[in-house]
Amino acid sequence: MSRAETHASMLSLPDLVNGDPALVRRGRYLTGTFLVEIGGTEFLVRVVEGRIAAVEVGPFLMRSWTFALRASEDAWRRFWEPTPSPGYHDLFAMKKLGVARIEGDLGPLMANLRYIKDVVAALRRRA
Amino acid sequence: MAAPTFEPIRGSYMHLSLGGRPHRLYFEEAGQGIPLVCLHTAGADGRQFRHLLNDEAVTRHFRVLAFDMPWHGKSLPPAGWQDEEYRLTTRGYVDLILAFCDALQLERPVVLGCSIGGKIVLELACEHPERFRALIGLESAAYQPPWYDDTGWLHRPDVHGGELSGALMSGLIAPQSPDETRWETLWGYMQGGPGVFKGDLYFYRVDGDFRDRVGQIDTTRCPLYLLTGQYDFSCTPEDTRLTAEKIPGARFTVMTEIGHFPMAENPAQFRRYLLPVLDEIRAAAR
Repeated sequence: MSRAETHASMLSLPDLVNGDPALVRRGRYLTGTFLVEIGGTEFLVRVVEGRIAAVEVGPFLMRSWTFALRASEDAWRRFWEPTPSPGYHDLFAMKKLGVARIEGDLGPLMANLRYIKDVVAALRRRA
Repeated sequence: MAAPTFEPIRGSYMHLSLGGRPHRLYFEEAGQGIPLVCLHTAGADGRQFRHLLNDEAVTRHFRVLAFDMPWHGKSLPPAGWQDEEYRLTTRGYVDLILAFCDALQLERPVVLGCSIGGKIVLELACEHPERFRALIGLESAAYQPPWYDDTGWLHRPDVHGGELSGALMSGLIAPQSPDETRWETLWGYMQGGPGVFKGDLYFYRVDGDFRDRVGQIDTTRCPLYLLTGQYDFSCTPEDTRLTAEKIPGARFTVMTEIGHFPMAENPAQFRRYLLPVLDEIRAAAR
């Protein structure tokens, strides 16, 4: 997966998530914006009642987000492999490995953890 | 339509005193021979061992027993629980295991424990080797560097503890584990009582650091097997290896394509590693 492909797949997130009724239903009580960083490039993901309303690519100057999931391009690439290696198979596994950071207000993340994990893992299908 | 089938597992309720208080404890058993007492992971219950209890290759030679810890599964919390914060301690956990074995008059059972159960077998190996034929620790280490520092998320009114526990534990299951057993394992986590998983983690994270004592374990008095899943990032193969290196004679195996819940998440893969261990224990008993 090249850098361009990684970014293109982030922008395909609305189609992937919104086309999955079970996933949308799981996130139906979540409305807000979270940040995904892929090796220095930031994406703001806007969620409205479980649907991805928009994905914007940074750089951003003064924007709000609730929580951020940050990792290097290499880490995300490994995370999105069809069968990831140990340590790259889960968001918190990457955190423990020291290749990802989870920041901000963790409340909405914890309350919707399965949904958020499934949203970021949705890109795994394409990998 | 196919006729209904029945499993050979029997369930029972035992009344016993733990910490000076009456308890009603649920357990299941199947098979005959050497007693094999199975200890479930934190925040879960004995259903994690249903495949082992149904495995004829095991029950032909072993009497497999799995209890639900108090506060878990079909075992009730003790009367008065409503005003308490549940916390598992090393002392309470050891007493529970010994009381269970005594109540059933099990003669030198094998104990197989996973996660918190894997950790407590180190304590049993240290303190009570003469009481056991062999000890098997799954996802077991004297210490694991934590991957979170706030278990408060697990028990508060604005986050569903069961949903969160399931979502957190999903990452500890290997990607190769079949969907059916993966989701059944997570269902167990989603069903835990409020604050129970958090209370178990008190033992796992705070009260159960055995680093200063594992060197005292004498495997000539009781053999010790440590098996850890390749995908377990809570107790990594490296964590177990560091523990095994401090215990002369401890047998350490890494289980490929397995995470933190071997017997529950991928029973078919797990038995490939467990059966040779059980054969060895049986051979030594002859």
